[in-house]
Amino acid sequence: MKNFKGKVLFLDRSDINTDEIIPAKYLTELSKEALKPYLLEDLKLEGFNPKTDIAGKSIIVTRANFGCGSSREHAPWALEVNGINAVIAPSFARIFRQNMFNCGMMAIELPEKIINHLFEKYNTGDAEIEVDLAHHAIIISSGRNVENIPFELTAFDRALVEAGGWVEYANAKY
Amino acid sequence: MGKTLVEKIFESHLIDTPDKGIYVLKLDMVFCHEITTPVAINDLVARGMDRVFDSSKIKAVIDHVTPAKDSKTAEQGKILREWARRHNIKDFFDIGRNGVCHAIFPEKGFVRPGYVIIMGDSHTCTHGAFGAFAAGVGTTDLEVGILKGVCAFKEPKSMHIIIKGNLKPGVFAKDVILSVIGQIGVNGATDRVIEFSGELIEQMSMESRMTLSNMAVEAGATSGVIAPDMTTVEYLWPFIKNEFASKDEACKNYARWRSDPDAHFDEVIEHDVSALEPLATFGYKPDQIKPVREMEGTKIDQVYIGSCTNGRIEDLRIAAQVLKGKRISDSVRGIVSPATPEVYKKALEEGIIQIFMDAGFCVTNPTCGACLGMSNGVLAPGEVCAATTNRNFNGRMGKGGMVHLVSPATAAASAIAGYVTNSELFKG
Repeated sequence: MKNFKGKVLFLDRSDINTDEIIPAKYLTELSKEALKPYLLEDLKLEGFNPKTDIAGKSIIVTRANFGCGSSREHAPWALEVNGINAVIAPSFARIFRQNMFNCGMMAIELPEKIINHLFEKYNTGDAEIEVDLAHHAIIISSGRNVENIPFELTAFDRALVEAGGWVEYANAKY
Repeated sequence: MGKTLVEKIFESHLIDTPDKGIYVLKLDMVFCHEITTPVAINDLVARGMDRVFDSSKIKAVIDHVTPAKDSKTAEQGKILREWARRHNIKDFFDIGRNGVCHAIFPEKGFVRPGYVIIMGDSHTCTHGAFGAFAAGVGTTDLEVGILKGVCAFKEPKSMHIIIKGNLKPGVFAKDVILSVIGQIGVNGATDRVIEFSGELIEQMSMESRMTLSNMAVEAGATSGVIAPDMTTVEYLWPFIKNEFASKDEACKNYARWRSDPDAHFDEVIEHDVSALEPLATFGYKPDQIKPVREMEGTKIDQVYIGSCTNGRIEDLRIAAQVLKGKRISDSVRGIVSPATPEVYKKALEEGIIQIFMDAGFCVTNPTCGACLGMSNGVLAPGEVCAATTNRNFNGRMGKGGMVHLVSPATAAASAIAGYVTNSELFKG
């Protein structure tokens, strides 16, 4: 199973699309590793610098409809090779969400109110999140603040994460 | 209670429900192109599972970058080509016979009402125009589809969009779908299947219907379906004439893939288009739309006519109607990519290619090319393009470039003017 613990990258914008996550010109790459330098290269977000803001981060917290647009699985792959295996948002585009779980990664949905709260209280630069898969909860901490926030996860999605992805699961079953 | 078209398709293709609300469906077709498939192929090879579930149900095309522009894209084409050969995938379309996937696969008769189809391409929803459940997926879903002929779907909610009223002259399917996306937003239909209906839809050609279904994903929809009818049968007739005694019989048979009159939809939206004007996008999201009238005068550097949204013969005919006898502005680069060789040939026969060339357009081979900024018309930073494509995302057609999504008529008129403007076909 992949690592779901580490520093948080807050991306304060809704509708971040997969062209922004990994531009189409890099889709000619055949290895996931080659995508690494280009993650979020075209993200339209004031104050965000992909060259300095991504390194060392393991979890993204963002706004609604993350991953909309193109079906490219290069988007989760670009996250994965940068050590980011989980994204937390109020909602995701269908294909992106499925791609994440198909890769054994996590797209965690939390109510908008809670996401607002995370941005208000923890967007300070040193926040950390640990996903507790056994208890379907995230543990977020920053300085002295620590909170345990439950999320919903279907048995199927959990099975994909534990199996390491959909190929392993489907090959064993169908 | 009655069932929706999609409920009927799900029921008839269901092979497993591994969890509540998760449906594993049997696939009728797996479509492949050279951008998302090679990684799946390499992974299957690496796992020692280089097999295909049924070579007659896999169709493949090189369309995104063709001819190859560099060593990397040549390598992608090579992987797909060699894979198609070694698995005896007969319907593989290489240079000279290739076209934009969502135009060429329907044109070859590979889509039927009631089918379940996946492809590693978000605009796979296009094929919903035939009353099929067709959905874009990622590479892993594609890989399992190739290997096992199955795909898992979360049960989609149903959204019925009833189009009311008739279109003014000069207003087209592209304007309709932009107005729908503008109304419901870029995630207004996430995890939903849209069913389009209404008198206007019934009168629409398959080409127009494909334009509608094509952009359902821009509102987040899993697919955008339209009930099959005589128009569907007419389009498919060359491919199905041996299956049915008559077109009427085919139509009756396909009627089983129509939503029942008492089917329950989770959401019903009435969308009146009788006052609709030609539209254009203004920002970086497809739901940021304005009447072209309000965009009038926006300077453009390039006009692109093509793509899986608007690169079919009907689209080229409309653009040619506007361009006939005119020249495009000296400050504009005009590029047209007929979506398939068949479209190209028809356009040649009808004198449309001549009109484009006389107007000063560059006519490229069929390819996705400029739409996603991979080749054949990439923008420089700060440049602006009026395009008949489907996405105006930041950087989509080239880093720092701006795309305004419009209909083929608006694109052609804007090319002549040098700025975004309404076509003479629009009599508002």
